[in-house]
Amino acid sequence: MTSMWVYVIAAWVLVLGGLGGYALSVVSRGKRLSRQVPSEDRRWS
Amino acid sequence: MTTQSNATTSRPGGATAPEAGPTSTGSKATRALGILALAAVALLVLLGLWWTPADVIQNESVRILYVHVPAATLAYLGCFLTSLGSLMYLWKKSRWWELVGYAAAEIAAIFTAVTLVTGMLWGRPTWGVFWVWDARLTSTAMLMLLLLGYLAVRRLPADYHVRAQRASIIGLLLVPNVIIVRQSVQWWRTLHQEASLFADGPGATIEGIMLFTLVFGFVTFQLIFAWLLVHRFRLAWLEEQVAGQGLTAAIAERRAEGRSASGAAPAPIAPPPAVPSELVHRASTTGPEVAS
Repeated sequence: MTSMWVYVIAAWVLVLGGLGGYALSVVSRGKRLSRQVPSEDRRWS
Repeated sequence: MTTQSNATTSRPGGATAPEAGPTSTGSKATRALGILALAAVALLVLLGLWWTPADVIQNESVRILYVHVPAATLAYLGCFLTSLGSLMYLWKKSRWWELVGYAAAEIAAIFTAVTLVTGMLWGRPTWGVFWVWDARLTSTAMLMLLLLGYLAVRRLPADYHVRAQRASIIGLLLVPNVIIVRQSVQWWRTLHQEASLFADGPGATIEGIMLFTLVFGFVTFQLIFAWLLVHRFRLAWLEEQVAGQGLTAAIAERRAEGRSASGAAPAPIAPPPAVPSELVHRASTTGPEVAS
């Protein structure tokens, strides 16, 4: 029973950590590149 | 999240443009979507790890399926969007659709990786092994390789249209591969179970709060997918804008070198337009229409 929880927790941590890490990476790259592009070319601003 | 900055933006030729507005890929709509997705994730964690009971046969490992199945479904959606974007680019030369396809491919690769990893972690306590060369698992691994191939070709150092066209041809192969993955459990004898969520009769083995949690997992992952897609699309847009600026700066530099070599007095270089190349000009006329 305990060993099964290890797989369950590992799966959830990897899913949430992986998606969260990717989301942070996208936001971080977006912030960096946004400073190099004029605001008129960022229509969502 | 959005940050304000008083800095100025470097432009080709040394000119600067004042930075205005938020300097990120976020907007009011994406912030609301992000908050909604985070709340859904919190509820899904409570449902999946706390409130739902263990399964009679699979025991606690059933909790992995609340993230595994939605991740697989959203990976298929990402592949579908990539194929659609590729088709629209090859057919209409739509740069907007090409960027949608590119953004969706990267997210589909993330979700496919999540599917493979969670499947392995479910397989070890259930089947006794992390991996078998079963038709479903093998075709999913092939899908992952295809997505990585698409992303690799899309990032090759070449003219935008050349790499977009090459990547789009690969992108068209994703939907047929998804069909193979989806149907593999019926076409071949596999260790992986057949679809049972919408099965009638004895196959319909999930109900009550367990069914609700699985369906809520789909909703949660759709929110995450939508948030990621909008941000990744805007990031891809920015990447192409910056690449266009780099090209402009390189052209201006070569012109200046040419004037110096011919002996003429170097004329002052006027700041070039912000987006002068044909590529980026086309984009600005068909630019991103993502809801803000």
